Amino acid sequence: MRRNAVAVVGAAETTELGVIPNMSQLQLHADAALNAIKDAGLKLSDIDGIATAVETPQQIAHYLGITPTWVDGTSVGGCSFMLHVRHAAAAIEAGLCKTVLITHAESGKSMIGKAPRSIPADSLQGQFEAPFGVYGPPSMFPIPVLRYMKTHGITHEQIASVAVVQREWAAKNPRATMKAPITVEDVLNSRMIAYPFRILQCCLVTDGGGALIMTSAERAKDFPHKPVYILGTGESVETPMVSQMKTFDSSRAFTVAGPTAFREAGIAHSDVDHLMIYDAFAHLPLYGLGDLGFMPHEETGKFIADGNTRPGGKLPMNTNGGGLSYMHSGMYGMYALQESVRQMRGIAPAQVPGAKISVCHGVGGMFAASGTVIFTNEA
Amino acid sequence: MTPPLPGENNDMAEASRARPKPTPETQHFWDGTQAGELRLQRCDECANVYFPPRPFCPSCASRKVSVFKASGRGTLYSYVINHRPAAPGFTPPYAIAVVELEEGPRLMSNILDCPQTPEALVLDMKLEVAFEKLDDAITLAQFRPAKG
Ligand SMILES: [Zn+2]
Repeated sequence: MRRNAVAVVGAAETTELGVIPNMSQLQLHADAALNAIKDAGLKLSDIDGIATAVETPQQIAHYLGITPTWVDGTSVGGCSFMLHVRHAAAAIEAGLCKTVLITHAESGKSMIGKAPRSIPADSLQGQFEAPFGVYGPPSMFPIPVLRYMKTHGITHEQIASVAVVQREWAAKNPRATMKAPITVEDVLNSRMIAYPFRILQCCLVTDGGGALIMTSAERAKDFPHKPVYILGTGESVETPMVSQMKTFDSSRAFTVAGPTAFREAGIAHSDVDHLMIYDAFAHLPLYGLGDLGFMPHEETGKFIADGNTRPGGKLPMNTNGGGLSYMHSGMYGMYALQESVRQMRGIAPAQVPGAKISVCHGVGGMFAASGTVIFTNEA
Repeated sequence: MTPPLPGENNDMAEASRARPKPTPETQHFWDGTQAGELRLQRCDECANVYFPPRPFCPSCASRKVSVFKASGRGTLYSYVINHRPAAPGFTPPYAIAVVELEEGPRLMSNILDCPQTPEALVLDMKLEVAFEKLDDAITLAQFRPAKG
């Protein structure tokens, strides 16, 4: 894909984040979409492409009153929106549509208008994982971490520091769910969820949503906000069964999506001013730093524990507070994208001064899928 | 990411333990556990041993594959000790492990006959298969610390 050929020209989250008991999941999609359309200064009738996950594109298109010429229902978990950005950029470049709306929303806490998800007993997961007591992400996502720690020499304290650093960022963000400072000791003494992970190493459970609007770089100049260009993208999937990952020392999906995006962007790691690595659980930023090639996995824990990703550090990461402290409705990727866009527009609550390149890396399922988007505010 | 998550109400207290339902492609595995055998598949073309079951080799796409009885020996690759929320039919804390088989493939298992503690559950410890009968139709392949 051509660098900087397509841009984000509208971006917004739902009006409220956190606990939203007066809105269904479908209406949360609409709330985010209407906010993004307003942000871009557009009318509904200007939208000719639509992408969403979990809810179907037909559901969202009809509810909003949109007649698209291009749709994408890619639904691979929380990074689906990174893949939507990638697919939308390709579609706009190919002339399949002009103005794409990507929506996410989840009534993750209030569970209003949200279909229950279940694992069929005759699926491979139902036969070869469910019988052993896996029950939701906290019981599954941390399964690889003890092996990762042993292979790479990572300590419990280093992984706990991920939550501590992100809370520092959240403290700067009025919309963050959790703002009170915490220490490594607080993390290691918090309620056990699935050893080795405790509650402060697991994501929040909230309601909310977000939406993005994308168009060609040529048209992007005429919008109210500074365009945020797509510099490079990558995507991959591995397996829906965490037990069947090729290795726990690394995520294969990360090692495909991340480096693909870097190659496409034509940048070096030292060019990155701002980084988002989807943190459903505290080990993900370590996997991300290693698999995206920022450093060997052996150094990831020390890098974070030493403060390199905290406010004022040399690689500011998860600057909204992340899934651990900002919000996590179930599919966090949209909020990571929103923060990257805010940073590139220069309007983030914890703005990284002068940031020009932002890398936004997402995960879907339990290392099942991955998408990476590299943004820049320089045409 | 899929719910339920910590802090959520668990309304499934009366539900029973998840029970696998075989498909035509996996029936040989479940027939094996009933017969007290851990059955894997090996590619007749490239000798790749793989899991979960399917009637072709995911390495070379050959449909010429054979079912064989595995040694039942493995090592502890990784695990969590789940405290909450507990799956229906499970009493926390309980370990959810991934076992690396001597033949190569890995599979999920609980660790039987062993304290469910980090001290007792040491990575790379030797394990052996133990068959746990769920009901008349389904027996699970589980693992326990190897004897001797
Ligand atoms: Zn083969």
